[in-house]
Amino acid sequence: MNNLIDKAQASTDNATLAALEQAKKANIETVWDRYQAQLPQCGFGETGLCCRHCMQGPCRISPFGESPQKGVCGANADVMVARWISRAVAAGTASHGGHAKHLAHTLLKSAIGEAPDYSIKDEAKLKAVAQRVGIETDNRSTNDIGKDVARKALEEFSEKDSPLTWAATTVTGGRVDSFVKHGVVPTGIDSEVAEIMHRTTYGVDADAINLLLGAVKCALADYAGCHIATDIADVLFGTPKPLITQANLGVINPDAVNIAVHGHNPLLSDMISQIASDADLNEKAKAAGASAGINIVGVCCTGNEVMVRHGIPLATSSVSQEMAIVTGALDAMVVDYQCIMPSVATVAECYHTKLITTMPIAKIPGSVHIEFHESNAKQTAQTIIEHAIDAFKKRDPSKINIPTIKSKAFAGFSAEAIIEALALVNKDDPLKPLIDNIVAGNIYGVCLFAGCNNVKVPQDANYVSMIKELARNNVLILSTGCASGAFARQGFMTQEATNEYAGDGLKAVLTAIGEAAGLGGPLPLVLHMGSCVDNSRAADVAVAVANKLGVDLDKLPVVASAPEPVTEKAVAIGTWAVAAGLPTHLGVIPPVLGSKTVVEVLTSAIKGMFGGYFIVEPDPIQAARVLLDAISERRKGLGLSVVEFATEVV
Amino acid sequence: MKQIFVNADKCTACKSCEIACAVQHSKGKTLFSAIMEEPAPLKRIFVETDGETKMPVICRHCEDAPCLNACISGCLYRDEKGFVRRKKERCIGCYTCIMVCPFGVITMDKTKHIAVKCDRCHKLEIPACVNACPTGSLMLKELDDFLKEKQKQAVESAAVKAAAL
Repeated sequence: MNNLIDKAQASTDNATLAALEQAKKANIETVWDRYQAQLPQCGFGETGLCCRHCMQGPCRISPFGESPQKGVCGANADVMVARWISRAVAAGTASHGGHAKHLAHTLLKSAIGEAPDYSIKDEAKLKAVAQRVGIETDNRSTNDIGKDVARKALEEFSEKDSPLTWAATTVTGGRVDSFVKHGVVPTGIDSEVAEIMHRTTYGVDADAINLLLGAVKCALADYAGCHIATDIADVLFGTPKPLITQANLGVINPDAVNIAVHGHNPLLSDMISQIASDADLNEKAKAAGASAGINIVGVCCTGNEVMVRHGIPLATSSVSQEMAIVTGALDAMVVDYQCIMPSVATVAECYHTKLITTMPIAKIPGSVHIEFHESNAKQTAQTIIEHAIDAFKKRDPSKINIPTIKSKAFAGFSAEAIIEALALVNKDDPLKPLIDNIVAGNIYGVCLFAGCNNVKVPQDANYVSMIKELARNNVLILSTGCASGAFARQGFMTQEATNEYAGDGLKAVLTAIGEAAGLGGPLPLVLHMGSCVDNSRAADVAVAVANKLGVDLDKLPVVASAPEPVTEKAVAIGTWAVAAGLPTHLGVIPPVLGSKTVVEVLTSAIKGMFGGYFIVEPDPIQAARVLLDAISERRKGLGLSVVEFATEVV
Repeated sequence: MKQIFVNADKCTACKSCEIACAVQHSKGKTLFSAIMEEPAPLKRIFVETDGETKMPVICRHCEDAPCLNACISGCLYRDEKGFVRRKKERCIGCYTCIMVCPFGVITMDKTKHIAVKCDRCHKLEIPACVNACPTGSLMLKELDDFLKEKQKQAVESAAVKAAAL
């Protein structure tokens, strides 16, 4: 099976490739083997033309205009494809919503004394959030404010008779008007998910355009869910500030008890990171033979959460998650939920690694389940670390092979941190340097990279090609989620990357801010804003700039890209980015091409409604060019200077 | 010459062969480009069922091909590999071939008004339909090898029966 992999098609990350070579030797099946085994994938699925919503099916529509052109119920290609998008958005919204609710419950329990291990770490953020959502802060205790913020957040989930507070209070007035005009104002996060499930079930909504607008409404509920998650995570664990750490498999330390935190929510990973420095636990680790004590490393977005807050190094991300185990030196992989491939259990069986599941909704056969409850979080975290120390004793030295590759990575650029950094250049008007440089063309535009690594793309290849093309054309790069993972592993979150890849204008700006911040050089080429739920941080910066300029988001030279997307969450985020007014690129073709109507609406007609639109382009250089053109169009609209880009590919 | 054989037991009627066939006969040769083409590319393989068995029905490139015998315009011919193919410009759209084909796998191109049939993907080592089949229902084999395997299976099942007695 392992012979099927063409390494160049698997990854461009040398650490991943080294581990993959190791997996091959050990005859361990990986995601790339399973992908090969799935080929060819079903053309009906690839084009979105199959439906399993009722028991009269499954139905398929011929993509070539032959019979059949309708499902048994009469649903045509447009309906099938639009229903798929709607349900994908709903699933993404449910995921971010579940994550956000979990945090809100914990904040509430913490504030009323039922979660003693959690406290409000960032009072300033709590007050800022409270004031934004209309909660009184004067002369009130922190816990009282926290309790009200948590309750207000929890109210967002069921259907209200008013718009979602976390959406309405965090976007521009222009966006609100546009959402009202097009009937896409969300009034409850869970209720929007339920509405999508209702309208896409047998015999309800058969109007593709109406379905797509429903998907937009649900995606805006997703935006609110994401924003709640980020806000409350910052309140409980602190708002990220710039720090320096490392990324890639080389952060796994052969002399330490290595514990990977994998999944999404910081509730457990932050607790594990906090107590990993506990003297008693480290003594136990040393007594077990781990001279370097306990080493926590991150995988995927919970890895990003602890990376941006505590500088916990990132071992790997997304498609290469199995590779952390293949190093033979990972003693435990602790998971919560989302993006955890069930295959990690199978890979862990080939090693001493303990896979530990922690959430009642996410169990994996072959793992140890240690259920996590907020009421005794520290105790749970301690038990998990003790399991890892036990596992360490069972390491097989002959199987240890850690690629020594790792990169330095600057991280922790929350919206607040970016404003603070800008304030070092202009204390009274922090946004002014950013806006002045955009106007002058030193910053040609801004691109937010988000999303995953998709097995269909050689890992990171699209990210790397696109960032080089955009940065040399002076586009400021922000990143979240596994896009951050890619850039961190590939060495783009460094000052060296700025010096090597940034165009002159961008380099000058990043250098001026970096030197004002005392870095003795530029800011890194990519500003790591956090996990995938933290895309709202980028939205906050864009909204602040738009409000300052007095224009709406759909006029700003800001674009978004998910060059290697995988998940339904990415569909939800992409859809709200479009509704927010951003040209939004996808580097993997989603299963929508079966409907010309849906493709036309999402890539073109929707621009007339919200200003944003999808760009589907698998070629990364071409994608970068299209995004640069989109930025130019926006700059022209604002009366700013425009560069004519060379047509030949450099 | 290798022939396409069908094991109906393994067919799940996923129709991947139909899609791959149409893509192979498109201009762009990829699914995502093919579905944008006008006119849409045509498939030459048909997944059918009698209510119980599901299987792809495909041109057998018969040794004594009725379509070839019936073609009055000199459109159909047998190529050097033994495949029954078309000289498209000679087709007059009489559809006699469609009438005489015992499998019903010659169809009409409604935009070009000519007959359309399987060309056994003569430029490919493995025909697109065989390559696309996820279950191995469609197989490309030498007739002799196919027979050998069937004969072995017959022995095995006889041995199983004997053991059971």
